[in-house]
Amino acid sequence: MTNLSVRIRRLGLPRLIVHLSVIFIAILWLIPTLGILVTSVRDKGQITTSGWWTAFSSSTQTSAGRLGDPASARQEGTNYVITGSVFEAGQGGSVTGFGVRVQEPAAFPANQPADLGDGETLTINTDGSYVYTRTGPFEGSRGKRVYLSVSSPPAFTMDNYRTVVNAEGLGQSFINSLTVTIPATIIPILIAAFAAYALSWMHFPGRALIIALVVGLIVVPLQMSLIPLLRLYNEVGSFFGTSSKTYAGIWLAHTAFGMPLAIYLLRNYIAGLPKEIIESARVDGASDFEIFVKIVLPLSFPALASFAIFQFLWVWNDLLIAIVFLGTGRDQLVLTGSLNALLGSRGGNWEILTASAFITIIVPLMVFFALQRYLVRGLLAGSVKGG
Amino acid sequence: MASQILSAVGVMIVGVFVCALYYWLSDKILNLALPVRDGDVMQASRNLNRRATIRPWLFLGPAVVLLAVYLVYPVVATFILSFHDRTGENYVGLANYRWAFFDAGFRQSIFNNILWLAVVPAACTFLGLVIAVLTDRIWWGNIAKSIVFMPMAISFVGASVIWKFIYEYRGAGETQIGLLNAVVTFLGGDPEVWIAMPFWNNFFLMVILIWIQTGFAMVILSAALRGIPEETIEAAVIDGANGWQIFWKIMVPQIWGTIAVVWTTITILVLKVFDIVLTMTNGQWETMVLANLMFDWMFRGGGDSGRSAVIALIIMAAVTPIMVWNIRQANREQGGH
Repeated sequence: MTNLSVRIRRLGLPRLIVHLSVIFIAILWLIPTLGILVTSVRDKGQITTSGWWTAFSSSTQTSAGRLGDPASARQEGTNYVITGSVFEAGQGGSVTGFGVRVQEPAAFPANQPADLGDGETLTINTDGSYVYTRTGPFEGSRGKRVYLSVSSPPAFTMDNYRTVVNAEGLGQSFINSLTVTIPATIIPILIAAFAAYALSWMHFPGRALIIALVVGLIVVPLQMSLIPLLRLYNEVGSFFGTSSKTYAGIWLAHTAFGMPLAIYLLRNYIAGLPKEIIESARVDGASDFEIFVKIVLPLSFPALASFAIFQFLWVWNDLLIAIVFLGTGRDQLVLTGSLNALLGSRGGNWEILTASAFITIIVPLMVFFALQRYLVRGLLAGSVKGG
Repeated sequence: MASQILSAVGVMIVGVFVCALYYWLSDKILNLALPVRDGDVMQASRNLNRRATIRPWLFLGPAVVLLAVYLVYPVVATFILSFHDRTGENYVGLANYRWAFFDAGFRQSIFNNILWLAVVPAACTFLGLVIAVLTDRIWWGNIAKSIVFMPMAISFVGASVIWKFIYEYRGAGETQIGLLNAVVTFLGGDPEVWIAMPFWNNFFLMVILIWIQTGFAMVILSAALRGIPEETIEAAVIDGANGWQIFWKIMVPQIWGTIAVVWTTITILVLKVFDIVLTMTNGQWETMVLANLMFDWMFRGGGDSGRSAVIALIIMAAVTPIMVWNIRQANREQGGH
């Protein structure tokens, strides 16, 4: 570490510029996620009227109101007066200005009488109450239309989350995601670890061929498998008279697609375990099954953890396999599928989209921050060696 | 809700348990079927040998079956299907390949895929290298690295929502709630519907993948940079090389192999890019790529397995050189031991 910083200091870049560029990069990378996090807890009305970066200051929005109709006017001396509030019941905020034309919603400041001409004077107070006076009787049958600049204090709420979890079915999708992900993470580890042990410490004809096959299959695109497997699943489903979209089906699919990388990563690690330990256990009469369960599995924990994180993130974040093998019915959707469906049906409702997106990404983010070390180690084991 | 969770947990336990049971039970059965008893030494040693022959295949069995059914068989089947019609029943020769050759949508997808291949791996590798060098210099570099690495954990669909919000468009004169349009109008420009601008919209989609994958490149390249022997750099300093020369002529050549690995890994990922295009545009406004075109043909009008098989084979053909290289690399490592 220190060596490296000494070494790079010799590159001669001024330190301040380095700090500033890294700050810039970090902000650039953080802002997109921050945007949906902030938006997801904002009030629905404010999301559409001001950018999320203004969420912590009051937002000003234009709204329209109608004054009381002429019939409600009282006569005071020679003047006719209409009073009331421009806000509907429950509407909050404070008026900063008002106007009579939509282009100029802040033509007059609040709390001061504005001369509208024709003998009319209008005062709208910050709290929305108004006094509308005319030197003669009001004409027409409808109340006057006014436009308001309303400033609302920052409003944060958890309502968006309540809505998506209950009404939009994200709660169900969350459970579906867990049901898909947990077994689809554990099963491949078990199967791949046994295979990796066999490929590292047992001798049998065809071993080199299987290793080459595994390495080759790492890069086979998923797309190659989709059509034949979809047909196969439909045939198996109709043979047993059940649906072709089952949890067992998607577990097996995820297990199989993660298998080449799993075997490759675990074999790299297990083959590197000290030979003496395994040999001496053999001499003591332990069977391969016992050696695997009692010695190899515990020793391989770091590699198993690395792969588990990969597989977990990959399965949780997967969309393609889920919609092909589990279907797109409302109660079958996993989180990514739900989010994709919401993008179609709720395209402009950012309060719903941002809250849903955050629910979708929160679990992988927690896993990421808690176990980053293992993730990095796994990446290095998988990539630097040439996979 | 509670019953759902309960049944989900039950289903999970059964699934994992069945799998573990196989290994335990198959080992037990093998030992019972080929007993090793004292007394008959010949029989015992023969059975021991038989066990040693069979046991690797018990351990490998599930893995080999899964690989065969889910990866090897489909490659062959897809190849055969590509010569058949939409139902997969009637042989049509090269008709699907001819269709692909003359289809405008297919050409569009190939063009876009090449565009993605040209931009994303290069951008990720370059940015990853720059960030790795910069963050290694400062005391809070690890925090910055975590931030850049973080999008790796976010799904493509989640990232698409995140960026769609940034590209959000409101009519000119309205308050822009999308960050990009807000910046553009703040600087005096006109808001644009970014994801519906043909050609350029491809780049707006690529930004999402670059945002996700740069962290990967950074982590790996950073480790490689740390592996560079101190002496080579000292020698260059003594010879009077400046920072720029040290970086390009001493450091980069030494991590060339790692750069190639990062580049190819991202290339494979780019070839399969699907979720981002599906959620952002679904291929509209000339953003279609091969994986999405294939998905489209799988289900469009009841599905056309022949045409989608051809598209899958094209993707497969593109990764084949990388596959061959990987196998040769792995074999060489084996031979070295």
